[in-house]
Amino acid sequence: MAILINAQAVSAPDDPRVSLLDLLREQLHLTGTKKGCNQGACGACTVLVDGERVLSCLALAVQYDGRQVTTVEGLGAPGDLHPLQAAFVEHDGFQCGYCTPGQICSAIGMAAEARRGVPSHVSPDLEADAVDLTAEEVRERMSGNLCRCGAYNGIVASIQEIFGEAAQ
Amino acid sequence: MTPFAFSRVASADEAVRLGALPGAKYLGGGTNLVDLMRETLERPTSVVDVTGLSSDIGETDDGGLSLGAAARNTAVAEHRLVRRRYPLLSRAILSGASGQIRNMATVGGNLLQRTRCAYFYDDDGARCNKRAPGQGCDAVGGFNRIHAVLGASEACVATHPSDMCVALTALDAQVHLRGQDGGRTVPMVDFHRLPEDRPEIDTVLRPGELITHVSLPPPLAGRSAYRKVRDRASFAFALISIGAVLTVEDDRVADVRLALGGVAHKPWRAFKAEAALRGGPATEAAFGAAAEAELADARPLEHNAFKIELAKRTMVAVLGELAKGQAS
Ligand SMILES: Cc1cc2nc3c(=O)[nH]c(=O)nc-3n(C[C@H](O)[C@H](O)[C@H](O)COP(=O)(O)OP(=O)(O)OC[C@H]3O[C@@H](n4cnc5c(N)ncnc54)[C@H](O)[C@@H]3O)c2cc1C
Ligand code: SF4
Ligand code: FES
Ligand code: FES
Repeated sequence: MAILINAQAVSAPDDPRVSLLDLLREQLHLTGTKKGCNQGACGACTVLVDGERVLSCLALAVQYDGRQVTTVEGLGAPGDLHPLQAAFVEHDGFQCGYCTPGQICSAIGMAAEARRGVPSHVSPDLEADAVDLTAEEVRERMSGNLCRCGAYNGIVASIQEIFGEAAQ
Repeated sequence: MTPFAFSRVASADEAVRLGALPGAKYLGGGTNLVDLMRETLERPTSVVDVTGLSSDIGETDDGGLSLGAAARNTAVAEHRLVRRRYPLLSRAILSGASGQIRNMATVGGNLLQRTRCAYFYDDDGARCNKRAPGQGCDAVGGFNRIHAVLGASEACVATHPSDMCVALTALDAQVHLRGQDGGRTVPMVDFHRLPEDRPEIDTVLRPGELITHVSLPPPLAGRSAYRKVRDRASFAFALISIGAVLTVEDDRVADVRLALGGVAHKPWRAFKAEAALRGGPATEAAFGAAAEAELADARPLEHNAFKIELAKRTMVAVLGELAKGQAS
């Protein structure tokens, strides 16, 4: 078996101690995914596994054998940005950019959750079928991604432009 | 991290066989265990991935609900039957951790997550009876704002950090276990222990035992709420939390279930408050008296006395809101 990383088959590491984050950064040199805290608290290492957002720092790479991993490198490239990446540029969704790959991957996973009706802590109606990604909803759903530069207003505006009600 | 052998299992039998070997640890989503292994607080020699075992969520014959131990926290919170019949459980899960962590975390792992006492984590700098039995507890005379006010011992004043477990405790869940000698079922209220003089043991789980699933009895009639009080609006552990189900008929409390988080070494079922309330008037005065009864035995440490008042006020507020919707 292999881990499919941005559509490329990579064999799982022999040493089971290697985290998915270290596999990406140290062995595959996919350095878009960032290491912030290495303990689940910042979201900088967020990647998509089979479309779901997870923290690669708390993931043992061997546990993801057979799964599909998408990192920020798999979403867009210079000259061919993902619409959300373009929106981040447009809305000043970053300053230093360190948290940005994690924000982008997290927002894409978050939007898929909202589309299938996953409620959040601030959703007034647990049973609603559709989620309106208001600023309050976006802030709550993105609370696992910290930004030391405080670019939150731009991050929320970018996400709302691409995934908010107006975009649908 | 110390070296370990990794295996994935496809059946509970296989898991239990491998889990019985000395030094073995089961692995769920890894959101707690991988962190503890990296800090070398956990040093398993073999890690058995149990995320391939049952993650099914479905109705039971008696009209309750069964949650496979490998079900992810998001999957439980978003499940139609959970949202409709056990909204307290959805709400509690959604108030915990972050979207990413809830996607990884499993039911089994959430039950067995360890305390967030900072001294427990500080292997080099602090003494901790939970990490190193007999060493002493630096939290008792240290910075203990997040620590326990109920059921603590001299040996340990840690709290259990889970939100989900508070809801399961209020809802009378049962935890289903499997060991080499077969299966057994433990009520959620008895699953976690108080520290007493053995704080290194968090639960009644025996070495090598596997959690296979958690079941809920048929839903109660009343209205429910989960209220979490924390230092920031999102992505923070509870200072205190309350899970409540209240049924009011003719302005009297027909039924009530209450559990508190962040106050003790285990999710705290508020049996005293429930007994004080059941059959009595659904008034603010009664709610206040019940809260006083529950917290009468509370013992503050230097920095956490605020939790006692906070727990009382939150209990009164939550019950008041639940009663309001049912006034005749
Ligand atoms: C930054 C951060 C913030 C958090 N905030 C919150 C919060 O606000 N509220 C909250 O409730 N939680 C919070 N958590 C904790 C989180 O909910 C737990 O880490 C998670 O639920 C653990 O589940 P897991 O599947 O990842 O467990 P793992 O880390 O895989 O395992 C935890 C333990 O369970 C054992 N185990 C797993 N499955 C089984 C099984 N089937 N049978 C027997 N043993 C088993 C493992 O051996 C291990 O000892 C937070 C975590 C982090 C990192
Ligand atoms: S409160 Fe418990 S976990 Fe914290 S230092 Fe004391 S013994 Fe350790
Ligand atoms: S590096 Fe993974 S959450 Fe911070
Ligand atoms: S842009 Fe600098 S941390 Fe977010």
